[in-house]
Amino acid sequence: MSKRLLTLNVNHRVHEVAAAEQALLLEVLRETLALTGTKQGCDGGECGACTVLVDGQPRLACITLAASVEGKAIETIEGLSRNGRLSALQQSFHEHLGTQCGFCTPGMVMSAEALLRHEPQPSEAQIRQALAGNLCRCTGYVKIIESVQAVCGGQA
Amino acid sequence: MKHEHVALREPPAAPTRSVGERTPLVDGIDKVSGRARYTADLPASGALVGRIGRSQVAHGVIRGIDTRAALALPGVRAVITGEDFAAPYGVIPIAQNEWPLARDKVRYRGEPLFAVAAVDAATAEAALAAVVVDIEELPALFTTEAARAPGAPLLHDNKPGNIERQVEQDFGDVDAGFAAADLVLEREYDCAEISHGQIELNSTLALWEPEREWLTVQSVTQVPYYLHLTLAQTLDLDSARIRVIKPFVGGGFGHRVEPLNFEMVAAALARAAGGLVRLELTREEAFITHRARPATRSRIKIGMTKSGEITALEAEVVQRGGAYAGYGLVTILYAGALLHALYRLGAVRYRGFRVYANLPPCGAMRGHGAVNVRFAVESLLDEMAERLGLDPFALRRANLIGPLPHRTLNDLQVNSYGLPQCLDAVEKASDWHARRGRLPAAPGVRRGLGMACSHYVSGSAKPVHWSGEPHAVIHLKLDFDGGITILTGASDIGQGSNTLLTQVVAEVLLLPMSRIRVVATDSALTPKDNGSYSSRVSFMVGNAALRAAENLKRVLVDAAARRLGVTADEIEWAGESCGVVGTDRMLDFAQCVQAALAETGTLMIKGTWSTPPETQGGKFRGAAVGSTAGFSYGAVVVQVAVDEDTGQVTVEQLWVAHDCGRAINPLAVEGQVQGAVWMGMGQALSEQTQHHEGLPVRANLLDYRMPSIVESPPIHVSLIESMDPLGPFGAKEASEGGLHAVPPAIAAAIHDALGLRLAQTPFTPDQVLDALHARRREDKLAAARRARQAAPGAGATTTASTEA
Repeated sequence: MSKRLLTLNVNHRVHEVAAAEQALLLEVLRETLALTGTKQGCDGGECGACTVLVDGQPRLACITLAASVEGKAIETIEGLSRNGRLSALQQSFHEHLGTQCGFCTPGMVMSAEALLRHEPQPSEAQIRQALAGNLCRCTGYVKIIESVQAVCGGQA
Repeated sequence: MKHEHVALREPPAAPTRSVGERTPLVDGIDKVSGRARYTADLPASGALVGRIGRSQVAHGVIRGIDTRAALALPGVRAVITGEDFAAPYGVIPIAQNEWPLARDKVRYRGEPLFAVAAVDAATAEAALAAVVVDIEELPALFTTEAARAPGAPLLHDNKPGNIERQVEQDFGDVDAGFAAADLVLEREYDCAEISHGQIELNSTLALWEPEREWLTVQSVTQVPYYLHLTLAQTLDLDSARIRVIKPFVGGGFGHRVEPLNFEMVAAALARAAGGLVRLELTREEAFITHRARPATRSRIKIGMTKSGEITALEAEVVQRGGAYAGYGLVTILYAGALLHALYRLGAVRYRGFRVYANLPPCGAMRGHGAVNVRFAVESLLDEMAERLGLDPFALRRANLIGPLPHRTLNDLQVNSYGLPQCLDAVEKASDWHARRGRLPAAPGVRRGLGMACSHYVSGSAKPVHWSGEPHAVIHLKLDFDGGITILTGASDIGQGSNTLLTQVVAEVLLLPMSRIRVVATDSALTPKDNGSYSSRVSFMVGNAALRAAENLKRVLVDAAARRLGVTADEIEWAGESCGVVGTDRMLDFAQCVQAALAETGTLMIKGTWSTPPETQGGKFRGAAVGSTAGFSYGAVVVQVAVDEDTGQVTVEQLWVAHDCGRAINPLAVEGQVQGAVWMGMGQALSEQTQHHEGLPVRANLLDYRMPSIVESPPIHVSLIESMDPLGPFGAKEASEGGLHAVPPAIAAAIHDALGLRLAQTPFTPDQVLDALHARRREDKLAAARRARQAAPGAGATTTASTEA
């Protein structure tokens, strides 16, 4: 398998990585860059656990070729906290128990992050729509919705 | 005494209360930051890649597995088969009939047959393809009817009729009970097989150190000690040479309460290859590993007086257990045992059949054994309430248990019983009486309300493996730094047990939780724990933590008393400080610790707990199953909307009241209850596995339809605190008992909306539409008959009854 050098901008840092043409973004993040916060929960595009942001939009890293996101701004869960502080969404998921086992949490937080950047005061319906591709098996989603709402002033 | 008058360096902090506080998870920051390491996230530089080769036939005799070509491939380090294991395994000691890789026979499509370890994934897959398997196919049995048919081939030679376990239990005079009833109804209910659907894929990291023959296994287990024992047994290893570690686990729900084949396969590959092997399974393989809730047919007959008292209950339950024993005999016993202890019953007859079939093995899943039969019983109670003109709440209230402690017909003990308060809470919260039958309908959409009740154990009162040890053990380490480390073998699988144990210890010592850390589930460090199953951890391990903390407090108080030159009962403990009652002579916590460590050094303090004998069930065969020190109770009301054109059922609101004894962490209890009832909703509305000739055809998260956030309703939780006399601070379980009530409550709500009784989960749009069409046909036929009868000269007519 031939590899080539990819220049990836991940969490505001530029990384040069050698990767096969067909390498998935998920593999490069987890295996090459050791950013294991991005999870794999299915065989491709089913569960949303691998959601990352590419130029601010949610993307499934498990069905995205790494080579296709060269030159774009990639953000993972590890990039959200700054200077030792969790992001507002991360803090809220923690305080409001938007996370139980935690496995879907990184993808869930990244999808919510994309929503709030685009729509800081989403309705409950908008929250549900934005997270429709992220499966959670623990919470019944109630406290996930509350976690997102708490960040935008608790309005429904 | 060197310090006659001890002065505090600064004013001590006030005592901290932890129990009853809404407390975020102690490991929540790890989870939201992405730092939490699950098994697949563990660094494993240079690890070989493991892969499993699986059977393509559902039933057959293994003639041979030729691994030579695979072994000859460059980069392949190990190829193993069933011959590489020393013994079979199974979670129940008397039912160990499964090999990590099949030997002699295969019994389901996808059963592991051989495994490879190679330098990379591509090489491992090439090796899988190079193995040549010779299997002589046998007729396969996919239904319980086929498996029980006379002359059917046997899956296991020692199990005639393919019956893994048959249960016959009779309590009280059932026939007299039916004779005394004013109404007797009998119905049959079917539940499709479902799956756990935990989001984390299965993964094991196994290290074999050939120089000293040590094995270290990190895996996704809910019960690490039993994996440990099973590794020793199947690999014929001294258990002292094995270390098992459970990293963060991404959900369990019962999938991981049994040792699973891939865990032993990973270990055997590591030994064969002499190094480190990472084995990660696909989502499809998670479905094939299965061990979830079996397809179940329940025939229920209930006798009742006019006022709604249950005079007799008869249940025949048939579970399709899949190809191996697994937890099966416990599952079929639970289905009978938990007919009891929710209501007062006049008499009970139970017949249970656990049947083998050529499908992936079933096992334990949230609400183990009791969910499908509860759906059947509650559905029939709803129908009988209607027939008797009773409100469903009134019918439940006519059958309440009391006084406490209450001994059930099958010798279970009820020590606390919050069901009456649960009923009151959901009746009020849902505004039941004002809204039932008066919900707004829209064109093509009808709405309804339904209710049901349920209960569950707070840990099995007898452990699966009786060893004479306490049910739970906690160690507390206190050292020079003033930090307390809780050492526990209990598996936090997301339910928050590490948080609960921290709260319990903090509460007893009145210390802030920031002084306390948890080190969990590493066999080299932590005491054995029986595992995270049957909702035992809060109750049992919580009790052990409570006792450990009390023991530590005693040591600290004694040390403070010595230091202050008084007796222990003169010391007032206030967490960050303690002092002599009625004086200003005090020690801060650091001084207390210093006093306690003097001459003895690091403190390691233990606490243990066991269930009292009176809670351990009766003496008959199978009596231990269902016995518990504390039953939780729950009541549920759901509001559904049914689209008459599409058949789609939507749960619009769900109210649940759960008797958790005492909410040690109300935030986490709410989360557990919400998750449980939501899972019940998924089973009721959309979830089912499906096989074609044994081939799973919904083995992914798109075709296996768990509700998404869009389909998930607001869930209103009321916590009922009945203060159990044995639970830690009065606490009982919270993560299972609410689930069982949801499928029957939804069925009742659909009936309220449409007047149709659905007796088969899931209530898919197809099923609803079929039922609506059948009723329309029936209505048309009835109208035609009436027209014929009304016509002059009509002859004698026969009226078909739709009653069963």
